[in-house]
Amino acid sequence: MIVEIGHIALIMALIVALVQATIPMIGAARGDGRLMAVASTAAGAQWVFIVIAFLSLMNAYVTSDFSVFNVASNSHSAKPMLYKIAGVWGNHEGSLVLWVLILATFGGAIVLFGGNLPPALRARVLSVQALIAVGFLSFSLFTSNPFERVFPAPLDGNGLNPLLQDPGLAFHPPFLYLGYVGFSVAFAFAIAALIEGRVDAAWARWVRPWTLIAWSFLTIGIALGSWWAYYELGWGGWWYWDPVENASFMPWLAGTALLHSAIVCEKRDALKAWTVLLAIVAFSLSLLGTFLVRSGVLTSVHAFATDPARGVFILGFLIFVVGGSLTLFAVRAPLLKAGGLFAPVSREGGIVLNNLLFSTAAATVLLGTLYPLFIDALGAGKVSVGPPYFNTVFIPLMAPLIVLAGIAPMLAWKRADLTGVIARIKIVAAVTVLVLLWSVYRAWGNAVFGAFGIGLSAWLASSVLFDWAVRIRLFRVSALDSLQRAIRIPRAAYGMSLAHFGVALLVAGVTASSAWRTEAIQVMRQGETISVAGFEFLFHGVVRAEGPNYTADRGHFTVTRAGGLVAELWPENRFYPVQQQPTTEAAIHTTWLSDLYVVVGDPDGQGGWSTRVYYNPLVPWIWLGAMVMALGGAVSLSDRRHRVGAPNRRRRRLMAGEPAAEVAR
Amino acid sequence: MTRKKRRLYTLIGAMVLLSAATALVIGAFRDNLVFFFSPTEVAEKGIEVGQRIRMGGLVEEDSVIRDADGLTVHFRLTDLSHTIMVTYRGILPSLFREGQGVIVQGQLDAPTHFIADEIMAKHDENYMPPEVAEALKKSGQWKGGNE
Repeated sequence: MIVEIGHIALIMALIVALVQATIPMIGAARGDGRLMAVASTAAGAQWVFIVIAFLSLMNAYVTSDFSVFNVASNSHSAKPMLYKIAGVWGNHEGSLVLWVLILATFGGAIVLFGGNLPPALRARVLSVQALIAVGFLSFSLFTSNPFERVFPAPLDGNGLNPLLQDPGLAFHPPFLYLGYVGFSVAFAFAIAALIEGRVDAAWARWVRPWTLIAWSFLTIGIALGSWWAYYELGWGGWWYWDPVENASFMPWLAGTALLHSAIVCEKRDALKAWTVLLAIVAFSLSLLGTFLVRSGVLTSVHAFATDPARGVFILGFLIFVVGGSLTLFAVRAPLLKAGGLFAPVSREGGIVLNNLLFSTAAATVLLGTLYPLFIDALGAGKVSVGPPYFNTVFIPLMAPLIVLAGIAPMLAWKRADLTGVIARIKIVAAVTVLVLLWSVYRAWGNAVFGAFGIGLSAWLASSVLFDWAVRIRLFRVSALDSLQRAIRIPRAAYGMSLAHFGVALLVAGVTASSAWRTEAIQVMRQGETISVAGFEFLFHGVVRAEGPNYTADRGHFTVTRAGGLVAELWPENRFYPVQQQPTTEAAIHTTWLSDLYVVVGDPDGQGGWSTRVYYNPLVPWIWLGAMVMALGGAVSLSDRRHRVGAPNRRRRRLMAGEPAAEVAR
Repeated sequence: MTRKKRRLYTLIGAMVLLSAATALVIGAFRDNLVFFFSPTEVAEKGIEVGQRIRMGGLVEEDSVIRDADGLTVHFRLTDLSHTIMVTYRGILPSLFREGQGVIVQGQLDAPTHFIADEIMAKHDENYMPPEVAEALKKSGQWKGGNE
């Protein structure tokens, strides 16, 4: 019964979304306040219906109702509760319901926090959001109904793919979707602005926080996915340039560009058309990501189903959204008058360069990801574009970006004195050179190129710290005075510093773990010891162990360094009888400066086991860096100036004081 | 700085960047595209020794042999009409087993002997990499249902 209620709620949500997509749009065009007001009510109702649908589905999972086809195919009564709940989005149909739930939640949030938006803009934004919801709700209902019953009901379910039974992965999809779907708000604002034919500082101020939220969530989502790949796949790597990884990375690159260009749009009333375009691109890439991952054109752990009807549906929707919005952009963008002028050497100039680099990077990743599909579609053979391509192209684009991120925040708006800034950052340059020399010395004869990555990281990190020290006049005024200055720095500035510092950590982690990782593969017998990177690994053999829904061969290692105990490690090879599927569970000990990573393989039949031991220097900094970046986003969001409610007052002042702003048109 | 001039500078910057990126992409593509072949294609087309390729097929039953070092594995990869010998050193993916579809990446060191540095066996018992399924269909040995 509850299942049918969920199904009906989903249908109701579609009907409400249809109303929300049309009536307010007409109202905004006619200037009819009553029609526009429908948007808020509809957005609320849509949210309630989708919550009902989502909870019904979750209830079916929690109670293991195997008469629901979706539950029977993806759950199992013996599964731990966390994975019963996470199982809701651990499959194609359920993950779509989560998608629309998050979309509706963002719609509700616009209603809740957008009280001071001009009514027409709000009506249009909510309408565009609803249009996206119509697409995804019909996709769900017509091609991937999660509430389909099966008769007779099986006694037990097929279970969830064991690779996905993992806490890191339980939360990876929700965060990723919060990021993907979050860009729909920026997209909706962009479309609404194009329909209205105006973009101004106030518009940018509304768009920024939503973009920031989406970006922060996407950062966490990608980091969780990469962390999972690191400890679950047993290969010691954390990024494979796999098409599905790229699918989430491309919107991130475009979103990061958007995040920066929106600042110029808000502060300087420039780069308007470009910002609108980026908002469209970021969301289009999110949709493309969903298409790539869900349609089954790529084979991966994410491609749950390979039903051609679904692929065609998403492809059609993708073409409609991307084609429609780009056409609208082409027609309307010339209306957006260019605003403030600036010299090439200025904060704006820096951000323009940042945007060029980010969008080029996104384009090269897009090319590498889609190229095999094109070649295949043309019948010219099957190719794969592997990590070497992405590394060769991506790294040379990112290196100048890091250099830029160290300077640009110190440039003045409009027109800056580059030589002056360079003269001032002597300390930063000195620190960089010292670190560079030290790492070249340390790495001599062993992947010296890595030293330059460390140098870049040192450059960015010291520049962030130096900039902060200058702002609070550290050591130039009394400590108390400095403290007061530190408190008065706006949180948005702290947010930026934190995010850039996170990038520095990330760069160091990426570089060190790629350049100086040590790997040892061998067959070990009980009592044998191997030495890796100064650590001694003593192997105690393998025992059979029982888990809640699996059996495992559990190895045991004692790690010592110069006689002192470092860690006990218990890597496992699990076997899940329900799915007849094995998984590898690496055992990892982290010192925060490095990870010791142990995997046990197959027995050799003569009492030995193949084992794989990695020493991964600085690898934890990758995820630490990503978390610091997301934290920077959160701190920035807490800034009063970013609060979604705040623009009202500022807007009035703008209307009065700044004729350039087109609000007063 | 006039509007025109600024646009010009931005345009020049974008062009420089675009050409640099294009150069990078072309260079990277030339070196790093890896083509996929079935054992039949490898046997008949005469793939150059030393060229990096991917090859997909089934691990032939009773063909897996381990060397005394416990790490080096030899097996025959087949699309049921042709067979190529594969050698790999390292830990096999946990889903690797006889009769299962796998993809190997590496190079030929003789016309019918393949040195793999990476073996991909994916996801679940019933899963067949689409490339492998297609290779089987091409060789006329596909026994599964029609997709």
